Amino acid sequence: MKISFKLNGKPVDVDVEPSLLLSELLRDKLDLTGTHVGCDTSQCGACVVHLDDESVKSCTILAVSVDGRDVTTVEGLALGEGIDRLHPMQRAFHENHGLQCGFCTPGMLMSAIDFAKRHPKPTEHEVRQWLEGNICRCTGYQNIVRSVLAGAAAMNAGN
Amino acid sequence: MRSFAYDRPATIDRAVALLAGEGALALAGGMTLLPTMKLRLSAPEALVDLSSIADLKGIASDGKTLTIGAMTRHADVARSAEVAKAIPGLARLAGRIGDPQVRNRGTLGGSLANNDPAADYPAAVLALGATLVTSRREIAADEFFRGMFETALEPGELLTAVRFPVPYAAAYAKFPHPASRFALVGVFVAQFKAGVRVAVTGAASSVFRCHPLEARLSENFAPEAVAGFTVDPKGLNSDIHAEPAFRAHLIGVMARRAVAAALQPAV
Repeated sequence: MKISFKLNGKPVDVDVEPSLLLSELLRDKLDLTGTHVGCDTSQCGACVVHLDDESVKSCTILAVSVDGRDVTTVEGLALGEGIDRLHPMQRAFHENHGLQCGFCTPGMLMSAIDFAKRHPKPTEHEVRQWLEGNICRCTGYQNIVRSVLAGAAAMNAGN
Repeated sequence: MRSFAYDRPATIDRAVALLAGEGALALAGGMTLLPTMKLRLSAPEALVDLSSIADLKGIASDGKTLTIGAMTRHADVARSAEVAKAIPGLARLAGRIGDPQVRNRGTLGGSLANNDPAADYPAAVLALGATLVTSRREIAADEFFRGMFETALEPGELLTAVRFPVPYAAAYAKFPHPASRFALVGVFVAQFKAGVRVAVTGAASSVFRCHPLEARLSENFAPEAVAGFTVDPKGLNSDIHAEPAFRAHLIGVMARRAVAAALQPAV
């Protein structure tokens, strides 16, 4: 099936099998390997991307169903190369060391940005509740939560 | 995943026509169906994606009845001012299903048609005595849930909307499984003029009404009325997470919490 959608702001036309998952389309066909696949059972959240500005798990969405819609992956966040051009949430993860191995980080970032847009003044409790769908097996979440709070503050300050 | 044909119709009529095809299944939010297909526990010949049918989405209330389209997502129910005003306990239930990404995809109709024994929505639909509207008829909640993953829906019949009567007070309390957020036990209580209805999910092979709790709460709708209440654990689910006796105990505890929540003034 031919589908057309917007990916990180640019139009994409591609021919896909109905059984292809969005995560597979991104990684295997379009070479955007920033979106990670951890569990492949929609539990871990490493594969979170934005679909029309909302966070979703790309391992549990058919590629055909994003036809005509807007998809953003972790590759679409930064304005360019270098720390200064990172998205405020990426920068917050960098500054607060919100990772260890980094495998879950793309999903954490995409989920955290969706969170920050909906929570102008977030509390730590709200962050922890929101991250229920993003699993990190290294950090114990302390620095991730710190990063999300800092990133949300920066985003909501228009930084 | 095995290959299949895919269609995304724009109308209910077209969807129903496609669902009459051999081996066709409806795809709602896909939060259960797609994982089952990945595990090859399900291998439909064709998927009929319902996401472009505008008539299946939306929330409307006339003060007495709250109507929610089958393809309305959990996140939309959780955020809806209409739901918060009519049945705040239903909005809070929706806001605690799964995780935020699941709530951005999963739908009311998908959850009900699937009838997972530990899903949250069936408890609300049964306790509130809702009416399920399909492409063919209307089904009372008491007639809809037939057993584990089994409902009154016939092959090719499409759930289109759910009508909830607005209660005096209602709330849901669940003891969530720490990883999946499915209910180990969830209890929805709803107080109407005619009495109180109580539905329990997660505890048995399918959602069920708890008549002893209903009797006590119809007499006195207060947490004290169910203090120390428990049910006979015989027939309740047993797995590595909870034995029947623990689930029986949780039914009483969750009922008490749900009543307390239902009596809290709206914020």
